[in-house]
Amino acid sequence: MSASDYLSVALLITGAVFFLAGTVGLLRFPDLYTRLHALTKADNVGLGLMIAGLALQAESWAVVGKLLLIWGLVLLAGAGVAHLIASGALKQGVRPWKK
Amino acid sequence: MNTALLYSLVGIGLFSLGLYALIVHAHLLRKILAINVMGSGVFLLLIALAKRTATPLPDAVPHAMVITGIVVTVAATALALTLMVRVAMENHRAELSDQSQE
Amino acid sequence: MEKVTLLIMLFDLLLGLGLLWLAWQLLESRNLFKAVVLFVAFGLLMALAWVRLDAPDVALAEAAIGAGLTGALLMAALAKLPSRDKSEPLADEKGHWLLRLALLLVAAGLGYVVHSLPESAPGLSAEIANNLASSGVNNPVTAVLLNFRGYDTLLELMVLMLALLGVWSLGIERSTREEPVGPVLTTLVQFLTPLLILVAAYLLWAGADAPGGAFQAGAVLAAAMVLLLLAGWPLQGLLTGVALRLMLVAGPATFVALAGLTLLDAQLLAYPPQHAGKLILLLEVAATLSIAVTLAALFLGYRPRTNKEPG
Repeated sequence: MSASDYLSVALLITGAVFFLAGTVGLLRFPDLYTRLHALTKADNVGLGLMIAGLALQAESWAVVGKLLLIWGLVLLAGAGVAHLIASGALKQGVRPWKK
Repeated sequence: MNTALLYSLVGIGLFSLGLYALIVHAHLLRKILAINVMGSGVFLLLIALAKRTATPLPDAVPHAMVITGIVVTVAATALALTLMVRVAMENHRAELSDQSQE
Repeated sequence: MEKVTLLIMLFDLLLGLGLLWLAWQLLESRNLFKAVVLFVAFGLLMALAWVRLDAPDVALAEAAIGAGLTGALLMAALAKLPSRDKSEPLADEKGHWLLRLALLLVAAGLGYVVHSLPESAPGLSAEIANNLASSGVNNPVTAVLLNFRGYDTLLELMVLMLALLGVWSLGIERSTREEPVGPVLTTLVQFLTPLLILVAAYLLWAGADAPGGAFQAGAVLAAAMVLLLLAGWPLQGLLTGVALRLMLVAGPATFVALAGLTLLDAQLLAYPPQHAGKLILLLEVAATLSIAVTLAALFLGYRPRTNKEPG
């Protein structure tokens, strides 16, 4: 294994940790808004790290471009959908959690 | 146990689960979901069995059939959902009325 | 090497059990909205299973159609149901032990049959490999879909048409949406629509040599139209009458014309090898357009009318 392989593995594992944290947040956080927060924050960074790890293994720049496109699309869709869900819930009268 | 057999068994499991739900539940949306799950089971079985070639390339004919099948499934689902909405409008609930009880 | 295969076995097992568990959850959930969301998740896991079974073409179709479009269709239908219908108690399940036993026996019988099938069955893969060079494309799945078994695809396009005719004769036009669309959705759709059109064109072009093709491209294009409809664009007002009908019929008509021409020449849908590549591309472009418009029209759920027509 070369240095870039080790770096890839490290990035992929760190990415997986972020996904795990996001999933734990989704399951454990008290209300819809905090759960959305956990999901979008953790998954966007987690996917970014995974994309970086995979880009190091890519055979050509075209593949790197496609990987970055996937990340960009997920960022865009994740942010947009999280906003839509949260504003829809607010309109329906779902109260944010207060301790 | 090889991959083809494992996924074939999962396909059979999905088919049986779907068939059970199709028979047991009265709500039409549940029946439509059940038929979709049954279809997924059949597709999984077909593709898993197509993997049993000596070469690394699987048999492409079942693959093409399953792609055709997925598109036909979505068309049939759309028609079924429209029918369901009409039934719900006429009956005030998305269930078929049971003639024997009337 | 041994460790890697063990890990992959474990992954397959986990994926299989996950699929079965999700199917059970979605079929037995009290809340129908939850059931629909779980169905979308189920479709995405199915796409993973297709990749594991070396079927990337099917994975693309499943992710775009099985999970994406079916999910949108189910959500739209759920929204049209009366609200008390959405979360009703499940039927009493005490009396179903006989049914469960019978289905268990059926499943066991099917499992035994699959287990006793021969380990290796090449099917038609050798014939496909031998004839791929004369088919005009390099992706065996595209070759089967549009050349070797083109009649399947021809009839499939007819099935799509029939389903749309059924929806048009049953569906009822709904009043326009209650609330205005926010700026976020509008911006999102403005970003995504050109990108989705680009992806569809790429999938269509790549289908000759790599996973992709008319169905996947058509589904992506349909997704773009569904997004536009959801964002309040008056697609149903712009695309009516003759224009709509021409687009719907483009795929089937091209197919039928080609079938007639090839029938005069030699055999049904047997293309001359030197022109096969171009003919398949022509068919795919027409089929993509028709599939996309048909799927979007199925999502719309009623026949869009021109202004001149009485309502």
